[in-house]
Amino acid sequence: MTEAEIYSLLSTEFGDKVVSFQGEEKTPFAVIQHQAIHEIMSFLKRDERLKFDSLMSLSGFDLGGAEQPLGIIYHLYSMSLNHYFAVKVLFEDRENPKLKTINDLFRTADWHEREAYDMYGITFEGHPDFHRILLEDDWEGYPLRKDYVQAEFYRGMKIAKEK
Amino acid sequence: MARLHAEEMVLNMGPQHPSTHGVLRLKLRTDGEIVSHIEPVIGYLHRCFEKHGENIEYPMVTPFTDRCDYLASMNNAHGYAMAVEKLMDIELPERVEYLRIIFAEFQRIASHLVAVGAFGLDVGAITPFLYCFRERESILDLFEMASGARLLYNYVWIGGLAHDIPPGFVEKAYEFLDYFDERIREYDRILTGNKIFIERSADVGVMPAEVAINYGVTGPCLRASGVNHDLRRAQPYSIYDRFEFDTVVGKGEMGTVGDCWDRYNVRVLEMAQSARIIRQALEQLPTEGDVKSAVPKKIRPPKGEIYSRSENPRGELGYYIISDGSSVPFRLKMRSPAFCNLSVINEIGAGWMISDVIAILGSLDIVLGEIDR
Repeated sequence: MTEAEIYSLLSTEFGDKVVSFQGEEKTPFAVIQHQAIHEIMSFLKRDERLKFDSLMSLSGFDLGGAEQPLGIIYHLYSMSLNHYFAVKVLFEDRENPKLKTINDLFRTADWHEREAYDMYGITFEGHPDFHRILLEDDWEGYPLRKDYVQAEFYRGMKIAKEK
Repeated sequence: MARLHAEEMVLNMGPQHPSTHGVLRLKLRTDGEIVSHIEPVIGYLHRCFEKHGENIEYPMVTPFTDRCDYLASMNNAHGYAMAVEKLMDIELPERVEYLRIIFAEFQRIASHLVAVGAFGLDVGAITPFLYCFRERESILDLFEMASGARLLYNYVWIGGLAHDIPPGFVEKAYEFLDYFDERIREYDRILTGNKIFIERSADVGVMPAEVAINYGVTGPCLRASGVNHDLRRAQPYSIYDRFEFDTVVGKGEMGTVGDCWDRYNVRVLEMAQSARIIRQALEQLPTEGDVKSAVPKKIRPPKGEIYSRSENPRGELGYYIISDGSSVPFRLKMRSPAFCNLSVINEIGAGWMISDVIAILGSLDIVLGEIDR
């Protein structure tokens, strides 16, 4: 199936939980409401026509500013049917972005969700072992956010300034 | 009588431990010699690749990709260059495509040689390790001829290559291939059928296909579990559709499909397939063409985003790039294969003995530079 076909299937199934579709991008993606992430991912995985068995990648991103919020993009691939789809969620709330985990559907999400939390401070509810993965647990701030301000010291050690 | 203590013991393997292939800590919960739970602790080699990527221009990222998976620098740079080229719609000269394939496959052989040798070393065979490194040296000589460097090349550029190959390169490459075909048979004699090696690896750490797919395990580890999936075949990028080669899958010849021995054997057989691809590419290599003719003067991809993936020696290497139209990536994410491959270790390693965990870790062939980025 092409991405556009998968999108139309999704929008008939889920109505306005599927917000929009960017078909002209190099890697087309659909934007969905973040409250519906688990049911939509579950549908994408289990539906006979789609059979997305592999989560290739899960990346957080920060578009910077209040109108252009934080988000997550999920890249999916079906090994058996050899087709792709990408699903994006956006958070208007920069203070407390929360999302349901899809760890129970794709175990790939386990570490990737921890990484997204580590770098962007996006919380995944229901994750069994939720804490930072690459940085230390007592690190301050989320480094890949566009408004990240680097601390001067970490445990008494001076952090070199980026020029 | 005092009661015997029967609770589990937590044992730290690493961060400094010869069998962890870098700075990795495994928190093992053990019950005697049996490991009941493995928690990998990573991040010791975190070098902020993605953060750096947002602060430097597109061509300046290439050396950073080299340093992520330092055993497969050519493949990493190739994957990155392809992602940016797709974003900018750059058409490459034929000669560049062929040379990139030749270098990518040579790098795959070099990386598998380290994997096979180090795995042998992990389970107690020292000689194969030395043999493998001897062969790898000859490949590094070829890379040095072309790029001037032996480990981190900065050779594959966006839109082309840093230099053309020097005179005499093709002859030396053929010379190596003739020599190498003979050597693969030597590994067979020394390791593949070695009784002690089979005892240590067959039936150990079996990874069923559905577990591998669910955890996002890719590359030789996935194929060893019997899944016929290779991006060079499933979604041919570059010019891989022009070459004849077989996708190697695990068959469980010595034990169960998806055991450590299968993961080892898939790599050995893949080296022969890579050599086959290189031979075809060398035969078809166009003599004309400037390798720098398509390199753009200014690299400013149009607004948009892309997820591009390629088959690295360790599995599926993905780059997710958001461009805002400037000369600096707005977001650069690397989906590293070893990161996903390592995350499966508790699933397949729990219930085995401590010495088996070392074999399982060795068979996964991780590179910490790429896991921690």
